[in-house]
Amino acid sequence: MTTPSFIDVRNLSIGYTSRAGETVKVLRDVSLTINRGESVGLVGESGSGKSTLALAALGYFKRGLRVLDGQIHFDGIDMLDLGRDDIQKIRGGRLALIPQNSGQSLTPTLRIGQQVAEALRLHSELEADEFDHRVVELLTQVRLPDPAALISRYPHELSGGQQQRVAIAMALAGQPDALLLDEPTTGLDVTTQAHILELLRDLASDRNMAMLYVSHDLGAIARVCDRVVVMYAGEIVLQGSARQVLKSPRHPYAHGLLASIPRLSQQSLPVALDGRPPMPGEMINGCAFADRCGIADSTCTASPPPLVPIDTGEHVRCFHPGKISQLPRASKTAARKKPSASGKPDAALVMDDLSITYAKPDFLASLLTSRKDPPATVEGINITIVKGETLGLVGESGSGKSTILKSIAGLISPKTGSIALEGQSPLTAKVEDRPAVNLRQIQLIFQNPDDSLNPRHTVAQILAQPLRLYFRLSGDDLRQRSIELLEKVRLGSHYLERLPSQLSGGEKQRIAVARAFAAEPEIVLCDEVTSALDVSVQAAVLNLLNELKTQQQTTYIFVSHDLAVVKAISDRIAVLYQGRLCEIGPVDAVYKPPFHPYTDVLLGAVLEPDPEKAPKLSADDVVELSPPAQGCPFQRRCPKKIGTICETDTPPAQQMGGGHVINCHIPADDL
Amino acid sequence: MLMMLIRRIMLGIVTVSLVSLIIFAGVEILPGDACTQYLGEYQADDELLAQCRKDLDLNRPALERFQEWAGGAVTGDLGTAVDGKTKISTIVGDRLKNSLLLAFCAMIVGVPLALLLGVITGLWRDRKPDLIASTLAIFAMTIPEFVSATLLILIFSIWLGWLPGIVLTSASAPASEFFPEILLPVIVLSLVMCAHIMRMVRSSVIEVMESDYVQMATLKGVPYWRMVFSHALPNALLPAINVVALTIAWLLGGVVVIEVVFNYPGLGRLMIDSISDRDLPVVQSIALIVASIYVCVNLAADLLTMLANPKLRTIYTRK
Amino acid sequence: MAATTATSMVSGNRVVTVLKDLASRPSGAIGLTLVIFHVALALVSPYIVPFDYKLQNSSLMLTGPDAVHWLGADHLGRDVFSRTLMGGREALLVTGVATPLAVIWGGFIGILFGLVGGRLDEVLMRVVDAFLSLPWILKMLVLIVTFGTGVEVLIPTLAFFYGIPVIRIARAATHDVIARDFVWAAKARGHSRISIIWRELLPNVLDTLMVEGAMRWSWMLLAFSSLSFLGFGVSPPTPDWGLMISDARGFMSFAPWGVIGPVIALSSLIIGINLTADALAKALGIDRAQKAPM
Ligand SMILES: Nc1ncnc2c1ncn2[C@@H]1O[C@H](COP(=O)(O)OP(=O)(O)OP(=O)(O)O)[C@@H](O)[C@H]1O
Ligand code: SF4
Ligand code: SF4
Ligand SMILES: [Mg+2]
Repeated sequence: MTTPSFIDVRNLSIGYTSRAGETVKVLRDVSLTINRGESVGLVGESGSGKSTLALAALGYFKRGLRVLDGQIHFDGIDMLDLGRDDIQKIRGGRLALIPQNSGQSLTPTLRIGQQVAEALRLHSELEADEFDHRVVELLTQVRLPDPAALISRYPHELSGGQQQRVAIAMALAGQPDALLLDEPTTGLDVTTQAHILELLRDLASDRNMAMLYVSHDLGAIARVCDRVVVMYAGEIVLQGSARQVLKSPRHPYAHGLLASIPRLSQQSLPVALDGRPPMPGEMINGCAFADRCGIADSTCTASPPPLVPIDTGEHVRCFHPGKISQLPRASKTAARKKPSASGKPDAALVMDDLSITYAKPDFLASLLTSRKDPPATVEGINITIVKGETLGLVGESGSGKSTILKSIAGLISPKTGSIALEGQSPLTAKVEDRPAVNLRQIQLIFQNPDDSLNPRHTVAQILAQPLRLYFRLSGDDLRQRSIELLEKVRLGSHYLERLPSQLSGGEKQRIAVARAFAAEPEIVLCDEVTSALDVSVQAAVLNLLNELKTQQQTTYIFVSHDLAVVKAISDRIAVLYQGRLCEIGPVDAVYKPPFHPYTDVLLGAVLEPDPEKAPKLSADDVVELSPPAQGCPFQRRCPKKIGTICETDTPPAQQMGGGHVINCHIPADDL
Repeated sequence: MLMMLIRRIMLGIVTVSLVSLIIFAGVEILPGDACTQYLGEYQADDELLAQCRKDLDLNRPALERFQEWAGGAVTGDLGTAVDGKTKISTIVGDRLKNSLLLAFCAMIVGVPLALLLGVITGLWRDRKPDLIASTLAIFAMTIPEFVSATLLILIFSIWLGWLPGIVLTSASAPASEFFPEILLPVIVLSLVMCAHIMRMVRSSVIEVMESDYVQMATLKGVPYWRMVFSHALPNALLPAINVVALTIAWLLGGVVVIEVVFNYPGLGRLMIDSISDRDLPVVQSIALIVASIYVCVNLAADLLTMLANPKLRTIYTRK
Repeated sequence: MAATTATSMVSGNRVVTVLKDLASRPSGAIGLTLVIFHVALALVSPYIVPFDYKLQNSSLMLTGPDAVHWLGADHLGRDVFSRTLMGGREALLVTGVATPLAVIWGGFIGILFGLVGGRLDEVLMRVVDAFLSLPWILKMLVLIVTFGTGVEVLIPTLAFFYGIPVIRIARAATHDVIARDFVWAAKARGHSRISIIWRELLPNVLDTLMVEGAMRWSWMLLAFSSLSFLGFGVSPPTPDWGLMISDARGFMSFAPWGVIGPVIALSSLIIGINLTADALAKALGIDRAQKAPM
């Protein structure tokens, strides 16, 4: 046996015993090596075993999981053969983990300072009286604002990005030689994510650390990794240099994954990767990817392909890496059909000076204190949506995107202003008071299908709800129509009797889409409908929505925090910050200069799955909890702020032509 | 923080006022009044009835009497028993003291034991210590108190003769004289409450031990026991505060059966006796006292939770 | 696990699946057996008892177990075995009717106010708090002493007081469910309130209520037998475990068989219900401690 690499996982299989008593494999014969100073990205769909592998490198297995076979070495130490005390000395010291969700990974009852100091106590030579000083140093190093004040805070008092930085500081406290990162930026805003990745890059090169970066986000991987490992169904299917894998992937799965990512540089919809990965424990005879692979043939289902090196240097688990070029490439998809801009556009929906607030007058508080009402969550929204168009609504978390949609649907009453359907009188604020036609015309699709489908209803019952309510269908008609709807979202009639728990994430979201379209709506409100999904599934849902739109001339309001997704599907884009409109206009205009300063910041932070593109970071990633009382909403973070006028006066709406409006004090020519 | 405090205390006061209203209204709505109930078969005698009503002041409008009763209760004056002479505060005073003594002893034994067992069973989940303790807990929780009391008396008092099976000390005796008679009731009570608290602590410990932050602490290199004590337990024991409070409230008001079985002169037996004697004024007073204790203990638990839980604390102290 | 349960759940409906899951757990199997045994016994015991439960035989007074009188005789010379077999009938009848009633009315009010919310809900919660702060036995005894101890008093009294804590549970469960998107979706579609309660809310709250009901049942049995024990329940000579234990306690030092029969009977029933409730919670997946990945 050769001497092990720095991090060396060999022929590792991990599994658990199911309730039926069978051994189910979660990882199958996985080998992975990482050298000092090298950073390796680990990608794959949810459930492919990425986290399991990363935790295994620490000699840690979630409850129920156990090693079936294989070895794990770290710097020559056998991690599976260490006593409890010895392994704890390595964990968090020379080998540190940065977890997926730092908000939940920091102990809620301990102060930030205590938690970082604990790592120092365990893994450094420092004396107790030096801890405070070093903690502040570490917090400064991860670029946290006001570290001295932060040490006495509790985790819940920090924003998601700050929590993530604390987790990084904690890992750095042990002077690690290697970092394991499990989706460290998932769930964070684009700007925050870009900042954290830059920080990690800098740290890795300063300290010459080995890094294993787990993510389903190829954009993030492209930014920080030298080498990429792609996993599918608990196996490694491709590994090679980041450049090779991301530029010309030599495995059909990796190819599909990359093609399904929407890109800023592209005006077309991404290519969907249909189907779903096999469940752990499912019987697989040949290649695990065969039923989703566009170039599969009979050899593929006959026996499992081995992981073999190919001429370009990668290792590929595929019989036909040479045939990849036959697969559809992103650029070959037909561009979306758009409603013709010619002719007089009919307004589908008009929002007139819409303001919404969540603040409720508190009787006791108003008696005892003299605090004024906080500024409204959403304010002064004037948008007219044209029939048949898709309006994209973008902004960071907390920018009031969902609030606006809920208000249109009648679930939240606006404070002031009105919402009106095509040429009609304004809609009543409350959904209970709206006439049935209006209810049918507007349908809402939610972010998380797990939450938006009643877990106790079968698909048939779910679809029956709008059909009964709006069209009084029953019996055979109802069933017939339900099957039609299922076909529309490309699911078979055998799905009718399933419960949501028996569907995959993508299938659930399709059912949610089918339910919305059952109403034959004129306007469909999509609230982050793809953010809970894997990229490959996201592409499928985007394609589906686009297809339905071309068939039915539906109008969409499409909310997302992902600028590339919005760009792929929208005709017009509205950029929101803190519930106020920054910029609105046709896609081409918004994504091209001149930019609103906030749009500029957002676009700069987008990560593309291309190792050559670096993000441009111009504004800090501070999280603001409430909008400023007056002036420009972006005043506190704006890198181009021109003076006190931004703090006192509402920025003017500058017409840039073609319906493109920028709200900023900077004259249009200087933007 | 201050505001929260005020709010919570106000809610407590509202609840107690509602209780007093319910008690008073309840007695009013029931057929007959304190005197017809008290005199029972003698109520045919109009003169007796009239005298009794006069003694108890029952002829005035209900609202007025409620005001007076509630007003008196606030100042500690609970009025007189149905015989019109005995001060309720004297009757209740000794009993309350005895109940407090019993509750206190049961708590000292039961709460620490419950917490310890809860933590042990939680940490060793599904292993031997857990299986044994959890099974025993199911028995302790489900077997009626009078059954376990009866069995314990049978074993320790009758067969083994180690402990007295029944309390003979008079209600007004000082606390020290209740030993060792109080031991068996304390054992039975601690068994029951211990089981309840233990089960709750166990599930809380299990939940916390599976949390991301405990996993993170382990992966950060924190040694097991240190992780348990500084990361897991402070979080796992937070919800226990409320359960302990509920148990204490129950100890102070609901242990009628135990008191009857062991002939212990506490509030519970006074309650039963007064109900049997149809002494409604005393019943009302006991109800009010027990309810107030319940509200106070819960209020204290809420405040304690608020102090111990940084999430709740910081909402009110930082802006 | 998803793969195996997914296939097993496609066939057969939910009730069957849950029952199967219940029976496959040791606690569920034992609990269910005990409960079914007791219910069956309550139904057939009048026809199978060896002796008349109220037949007094002074020559047998407090005699020990023998081949004829398996559990001996009580202080009135009645056959303890026969009385034990029949001693759960009244308790099962009263609690068996009162438990569903309590869950239904408490659940209804809880869901309703949980849904309506606002001031009204706040007021109701204070009233619930106020009721909960009074010791259960006091509330019950006052009513029982006034109205008597018949079944027609015990059932509504137990149902009323045991429904009050259910209000809280149902309200909390309602709050959990109505915050979820599928309820928002139904509201946005414009379904009526009744339809939302019936279609969206109830199916999801029902699980919680069922487990709650099972737990309440065992507590109600505890309460019922405590009342009997204190002499406020079933009136003699009807056999009842609580009453039998209370009667036999005085002779415990020389005739312990009087208590042992009813003690075992009563305890096994309550433990059976509890085990079933525990297993039910796990089978329905609403046991917090059970939320492991598998
Ligand atoms: N403790 C466990 N017991 C049994 N199965 C588990 C356990 N933890 C994870 N699994 C299963 O192992 C498989 C791989 O899980 P893992 O968390 O490693 O995936 P992942 O690629 O990190 O997914 P994600 O992108 O969602 O984080 C999944 O099918 C999961 O259901
Ligand atoms: S082995 Fe066959 S099925 Fe598998 S990825 Fe390659 S071509 Fe596709
Ligand atoms: S108005 Fe001022 S603060 Fe706002 S975006 Fe323009 S320059 Fe920046
Ligand atoms: Mg993961």
